[in-house]
Amino acid sequence: MDLAALDPLLLLASLLAAATPLIWAAMGELVVERSGVLNLGVEGMMIIGAIAGFAAAVATASPALGFLAAAAAGAALALLFGLLTQILLANQVATGLALTMFGLGLAALIGQPYSGIKPPPATRLAGQIDVMVPLGLALAGAVWWFLARSRPGLILRAVGENHDAAHALGYPVVAIRLAAIAFGGACAGLGGAHLSLVRVPQWTEGMTAGAGWIALAIVVFASWRPARVVLGAWLFGGVTILQLNLQALGLGIGSAWMSMAPYLMTILVLVLISAGRSRAALGAPACLGRVFDASG
Amino acid sequence: MNITRRTLMAGTAAALALGAARVRAQAKQKIKAAFMYVGPVGDFGWSYQHDQGRKAVEAALGERVETSYVESVPEGPDAERVLTQMARSGADLIFATSFGYMDQVIKVARQFPNVKFEHATGYKRAPNVSTYSARFYEGRHVIGLIAGHMTRTNTIGYIASFRIPEVVRGINAAFLAARSVNPKVQFKIVWVSTWFDPAKEADAANALIEQGCDVLMQHTDSPAAMTIAEEKGIYAFGQASDMREFGPNARLSSIIDNWNPYYIARAKAVLDGTWESTDTWGGIASGMTEIGGFSDRVPFEVRKQAMDAAIAIAAGRLHPFTGPIRKQDGSPWLAPGETADDATLLGMDFYVEGITDSLPR
Repeated sequence: MDLAALDPLLLLASLLAAATPLIWAAMGELVVERSGVLNLGVEGMMIIGAIAGFAAAVATASPALGFLAAAAAGAALALLFGLLTQILLANQVATGLALTMFGLGLAALIGQPYSGIKPPPATRLAGQIDVMVPLGLALAGAVWWFLARSRPGLILRAVGENHDAAHALGYPVVAIRLAAIAFGGACAGLGGAHLSLVRVPQWTEGMTAGAGWIALAIVVFASWRPARVVLGAWLFGGVTILQLNLQALGLGIGSAWMSMAPYLMTILVLVLISAGRSRAALGAPACLGRVFDASG
Repeated sequence: MNITRRTLMAGTAAALALGAARVRAQAKQKIKAAFMYVGPVGDFGWSYQHDQGRKAVEAALGERVETSYVESVPEGPDAERVLTQMARSGADLIFATSFGYMDQVIKVARQFPNVKFEHATGYKRAPNVSTYSARFYEGRHVIGLIAGHMTRTNTIGYIASFRIPEVVRGINAAFLAARSVNPKVQFKIVWVSTWFDPAKEADAANALIEQGCDVLMQHTDSPAAMTIAEEKGIYAFGQASDMREFGPNARLSSIIDNWNPYYIARAKAVLDGTWESTDTWGGIASGMTEIGGFSDRVPFEVRKQAMDAAIAIAAGRLHPFTGPIRKQDGSPWLAPGETADDATLLGMDFYVEGITDSLPR
């Protein structure tokens, strides 16, 4: 078989498209986690975004409005998580898992009338690349700038590292975290809508099929740094696309191994960067997943 | 559950009163039937068709059956938990509808000897475990004929899930049929290592199209490939379900799994107390494998040839695996005129000659 039959540009386009939902969802979750909140409901928010975006795009015949609706729906579901964990102080891990189940079920319910319907075609810039691809990269840049260079970003990180100190300095810990949670939900919703409006374009129940969990893994893989999230998403998306294309070429690559590779790499990276070092060296926000109770 | 227990107790009392040791199971007034699916019921493919079967059971038996289902159960340890839960909550009959549930079914069935289990596409049975499957390869033969005629690039893409006999058999059947009408046909095969992941299925479809495929076949559960085929203006076939609405222009025909009659019969058998462990392998003849309507894009002669093949298969006049056929490595498999026996088909783990892909390890 002939490797030259692989068009590198087409391959690159597929890779970028495949990584885009992951970049959106993981970038949102990164901001949430940097504020000290662990939201395991990414999968649920993605699928809600997928169906809300699909439904709105079909109703208005506008993919752009679909994406807006997806962001709103993702943020709304995330705020439900925010209400439960930040105001009612529920356990974040349990609430996040419940959010995923709730999102999958609710999306299936909303999606009943939408199977077999075609969404309005999203504008493609080139090949499989649509506007969400460059926007995703812009988002990564913006998140990096926000966290590393801006004062609000510094405050958000402070809340994530030590919420008691941030509270003592007079920062509204709960409000900041709710804002981060809503942002994370909106991003996850947009990632989901990219699946249902551009990548597959169709609505099928459970169509995220674990992308939300991969996004969560990427955040850890990236040790909470935006640039590495992009790299991680390319790696995850790239390995998938590459192995599918190599197979189409007729190169018998162990498909099970290739499917496993990104997860193995995540474990490897975790082992390498955490070997003999503290949690701080890993880059995890110190207050990640801890309950903040101002009255306590 | 209460009714069941009472019926059983009454039955036991009657048997004791008569002094007769009756071994035969008692007829029941009402049963609970539980269904376990590998994907969501809304996948519009494999799991969707099984759920249609569940609804058919409800429609046919009405008050006498209560059905429930659990969807998106991964193959592996989770299946054992769900099966146990189903058995504990009083199910009389459990349908486990994916190959990868096999060992879990056998294990849980041993713990609940009074519950009847039905395992789709597997090969391990027990006194309270039946297996059933459809001869999808008969359908693959028919759509393989159509694909061989319809491809312009002589390159047919095949999205495969896992290396199990059912999938390998389907590829071989489709390939042999396509080659029989078009000697230049090549298959490009992509293994996606999942039954249901629309994004990955779509990516696989795109990869195949970029490599020159103009007809797609799939052995995965979602209509993603059909949607991509429609978008790219090439052809595809509905899999498990008709999938017409996902590719009005792309869809040439479909292989439809019809579980309804089997599910109704098995539920009735439990009601009547006549259920026995069996192995059922239905095909076009019994209606378990159906060929969906042909698209207008398929020329009349091709439609006729495909229809004739389906009729001949149903009548037992045509076997999709009829020699001479060699294995991929060139070693002989079937002599001229010889047909494959079911045992070989059920364990098929080799490609036939002419397929250039190599099976994943």
